[in-house]
Amino acid sequence: MSSAVFLPHADSQRLFDLLHGAGYQTLAPQARNGAIQFAPLASAQGLPWGQHDEQRPGHYRLEQDHSPRAFAWANGPQALKPLLFAPQETLWQVERDAGGQMRFAAVAPPQQARAVIGVRPCDLAALKIHDAHFLGGARDGHYAARRQGLLLVAVNCSHPAETCFCAATGDGPAAAEHSGYDLLLDELDEGFILRAGSETGRALLGQLGLPAASAAQAQQAERQQQDARDIQQRGLPKDVSQGLQGQMDHPRWQQVAERCLACGNCTSVCPTCFCHSEREQPALDGVSSEHLREWDSCFTSGHSYLHGHLVRESGAQRYRQWLMHKLAWWPEQFGRIGCVGCGRCISWCPVGIDITAEAAALCQGEQA
Amino acid sequence: MNDLRQPHEAEIIERVQETPSIYTLRLRFTDPAVHAAYRFAPGQFNMLYLYGVGEVPISIVSDPEDEHIVDHTIRAVGRVTDAMARLQVGERLGVRGPYGRGWPVEQAKGRDVVIVTGGLGCAPVVSVINYVLKRRDRYGKLTIMQGVKHADDLIWREQYEAWSQLPNTQVLLSASEGGPLWPWHVGHVPVLFDKAALDVANSTVMMCGPEGMMIAAGKGLLEQGIPAEDIYLSMERNMQCAVGKCGHCQMGGQFVCKDGPVFSWPEIVARLGIKGV
Repeated sequence: MSSAVFLPHADSQRLFDLLHGAGYQTLAPQARNGAIQFAPLASAQGLPWGQHDEQRPGHYRLEQDHSPRAFAWANGPQALKPLLFAPQETLWQVERDAGGQMRFAAVAPPQQARAVIGVRPCDLAALKIHDAHFLGGARDGHYAARRQGLLLVAVNCSHPAETCFCAATGDGPAAAEHSGYDLLLDELDEGFILRAGSETGRALLGQLGLPAASAAQAQQAERQQQDARDIQQRGLPKDVSQGLQGQMDHPRWQQVAERCLACGNCTSVCPTCFCHSEREQPALDGVSSEHLREWDSCFTSGHSYLHGHLVRESGAQRYRQWLMHKLAWWPEQFGRIGCVGCGRCISWCPVGIDITAEAAALCQGEQA
Repeated sequence: MNDLRQPHEAEIIERVQETPSIYTLRLRFTDPAVHAAYRFAPGQFNMLYLYGVGEVPISIVSDPEDEHIVDHTIRAVGRVTDAMARLQVGERLGVRGPYGRGWPVEQAKGRDVVIVTGGLGCAPVVSVINYVLKRRDRYGKLTIMQGVKHADDLIWREQYEAWSQLPNTQVLLSASEGGPLWPWHVGHVPVLFDKAALDVANSTVMMCGPEGMMIAAGKGLLEQGIPAEDIYLSMERNMQCAVGKCGHCQMGGQFVCKDGPVFSWPEIVARLGIKGV
């Protein structure tokens, strides 16, 4: 563990200036349109000071009070996903001449050095999964280009929402060493405890010349982490992947399908969902066309289209695909479940379907 | 190929109308360097791109050592394959590939090869039939068993008749519904197994066709005494990226595009026959 230093809230701008000085564009959480969102931010004043999120199944509200903190909330609908795996992007384009000859050209995403401030431990865990998916095997050039220039300033979670269960999945509320951050913050009422997690982070932190965090401050951060763990009520059944095997015909699938709108909100906010479709967009000039990819969801009918029919016709089959992939089949692919306990799918589901409740009912193996 | 997701231009050298809805396109990459570097194995597939319309995964039916041409047999069933059906010789497509794991032609060396197909003639196994026939000395007996729903559904009829005349090659056909001019068997594919006189300890089975047919055939072959690990199936799912990223082809934890499309029976049996997987 690298040595921890202390940055008072009044000096928060120094962190932004440090990153700008090192050539990074800074992205940080902000209260926008009633939710915490990551967007470019140059001034520490724009952080969501005093904001709290109230989350429960099918419910997300921000409230402001006089809290001196900037990170007294759990999360917003985005994780790091849209920053690296763009919701829509052009993979390549093609021009066709009068003789029918085609010229294909790659379309590369812009090279940027970006620093994200306020990354949650659950988001780091999800990032690790996406790194394995997009960079492992056939490397995804578009993801790789965005990933390369990314600096991560994580903030341990001190205010988990009612929907959070990262303690149960082992992905939070405090970031483990080697979980991928460059800098890690614990926020106290009077400021931040900072530590580095990478060479880049160490070099940056050294430039700030901050005093060491006191023993009392370190103790306070530790207590806060423990409280954030203890306060969480939700969890997944023990050995959930195993428990779900053999439950493919459980009546619960039909029961949840009767509530599920198949809207795909859960897959949009899920930080590990990676499905995307490819689509052609011919230009009006008649001589060129772009090949796009955009986020897809296993709740759409097109997702399982196979030469004229659908593999998954019903909502029950689609919900089952999503939950089984996430909790039962993911370990085959990535060596762990595809859920990091962020609770977003619970809050942003318009009818409040709760993955932890569904998993528990399914693992009981009987009619719930 | 540098970027796995970007097509290369290819020209249609020949076009064969197999049936009113099935056609074969014989392609050559327009860039000689790309054509020279292109290698594939039987059972692998390419993504074919039609300008301004989109891409479809199509298995390769030509011989991997034929340096001149890459063949794709396509059934017009959707937006892209319908439009592709209108292309003529000299017109151009985009091609990227090859992708996936093909047939176990290496493991099958020195053994009997048993082909089981169903539905409307199955392009992925045609590639392996031709592969074995061109290398007759490397393989034992070749048994081809094809089931169709109705006698009228059989395509490549002359080809089956020609294959049945070859030495050490047995062709067995069955139709669930026969007809006046159907000289072969009536019933589902497994009715053929008793007629085939399989050397169960020395056979590699390669199956392709509707999932239900493959499940019934696989179970029948296991009952005959063929070890599960000697039975291989080619699976199909929606594929858009072909490199295991887009997620559409998943069957449980398997990505059909990169872990398959050819699987051994033990690898995929747990996912078979479950509606919606």
